[in-house]
Amino acid sequence: MKEYTYYPGCSVKGTARQYEESLLAVFEALDLHLNELEDWNCCGATLYMSVDETMSFTLSARNLAKAGMNGGHDVVAPCSACYLVLLKTQDHIRRYPAIREKVNKALRAVNLTYTDRVRVRHPLEVLLTDLGVEAIREKVKRPLLGYKIAPYYGCQIVRPYGALDHQCFPTAMDRLFEALGAEVVDYPLKTRCCGGSLTGTLEDAGLRLNYILLNEAVKRGANVMTTVCPLCQFNLECYQNKISRTYHEEISLPVVYFTQLLGIALGVPEKELGLKRNFVSLEEVVQ
Amino acid sequence: MKVERTIKYESELDKSFPDWVASVPDGEKLRDCIQCGTCSGICPMSIYMDYTPRRLIAMAREGFKDEVLSSLTLWLCASCYACMVNCPQDISITDIMYAFKMKAIEERIYPKRFPIPVLAREFAKMVTTTGRNTESRLVFRLALKTNLINLLKMVPLGWKLLKTGRMQFRGDAVKNNQEIKAMFKALEGVS
Repeated sequence: MKEYTYYPGCSVKGTARQYEESLLAVFEALDLHLNELEDWNCCGATLYMSVDETMSFTLSARNLAKAGMNGGHDVVAPCSACYLVLLKTQDHIRRYPAIREKVNKALRAVNLTYTDRVRVRHPLEVLLTDLGVEAIREKVKRPLLGYKIAPYYGCQIVRPYGALDHQCFPTAMDRLFEALGAEVVDYPLKTRCCGGSLTGTLEDAGLRLNYILLNEAVKRGANVMTTVCPLCQFNLECYQNKISRTYHEEISLPVVYFTQLLGIALGVPEKELGLKRNFVSLEEVVQ
Repeated sequence: MKVERTIKYESELDKSFPDWVASVPDGEKLRDCIQCGTCSGICPMSIYMDYTPRRLIAMAREGFKDEVLSSLTLWLCASCYACMVNCPQDISITDIMYAFKMKAIEERIYPKRFPIPVLAREFAKMVTTTGRNTESRLVFRLALKTNLINLLKMVPLGWKLLKTGRMQFRGDAVKNNQEIKAMFKALEGVS
């Protein structure tokens, strides 16, 4: 059994609860063990970085320091924002002595020591690299027949540090779902930004970005969209009513976490995948 | 008809601003910009911006400090890093946007009640106090500081989140949040 340090981040404890539920269930089913990081703190996301970059790096350095003490296993971060901020922290601490010095000073005040030995990873990349598509295919109990998937990666899992195969046109999730028996539609907007928190701050612009993404997926024949990030999933699913009203076009497309669909294929009981928490039900697709 | 000058004379520009830009991480690379416009073309938000990223870069390195720092462009950048990975000159455009945002907050020159910088500040306050972000509380604080009516508009969405168990009311916090405060304190006056 392979061990990982699990860094959940704030969203999977709230609006993205079904992401955590399905992630834990799927990793368990694949014999990969996630140990939640003790007393982790918020990564600061894109917002803290706009206010105070040094403190933002320090927040992530605390998590990395704790992960280093926790056996130094690879850190698995399911939220793209957390994933990016942790990687950016490592990059900037490594490249800029002035930042390194300040972060170390803050950590010393609480008796922590920064380490860059822990590897930060996204669960999608872990599944594809540590297990591989073939090993996962062998465990499929229920092939995803009838699913036509628009694989949406969003931005921060691939750019600028992401370890997937391409920064604008990755295929990791495409390959995974093809191996699970689904049809994957050609979706060129796969890494176009959903706008992040713009739906909450500048609604017109935020809705438009998500309308473009949903509309293109439907036009290309998708009957479900898969995501890897809490904010993307929230924007694309929870604003569908508003988007339909705004653009006078009925859009009703299930948007699920890739771990939820993977769980279905692996035969994980549906209640462990948090499917009931999704606004747009998968049931019509299954038929 | 009154004729007004629309562009500054060189003598009116802040010549120390380009030096400051060059001093931020990767900021010196801004000098390499060839004004090709790839950033503006690929940016999903550039059509909402008052200055496109390409133009903002040109202005920053000439010293249009006030125009750059009070621009909506900074706050409309959703940091998707598309410009940065596609820039033929390898300029860290997104990171430089962050430097501008921080400077604008530090010098308090951002549009008042404009929700994006308000959200950033409220978020930072919450994380500095509790070590974590509780989404429902953040939304409430944002509405309180910008437009309370927005809370009413969010009732249908909130109700659905509640029904599906995706709304967390209880404020989340790290157990040892003294540690967060101590780190913050250690940095005071440093950065």
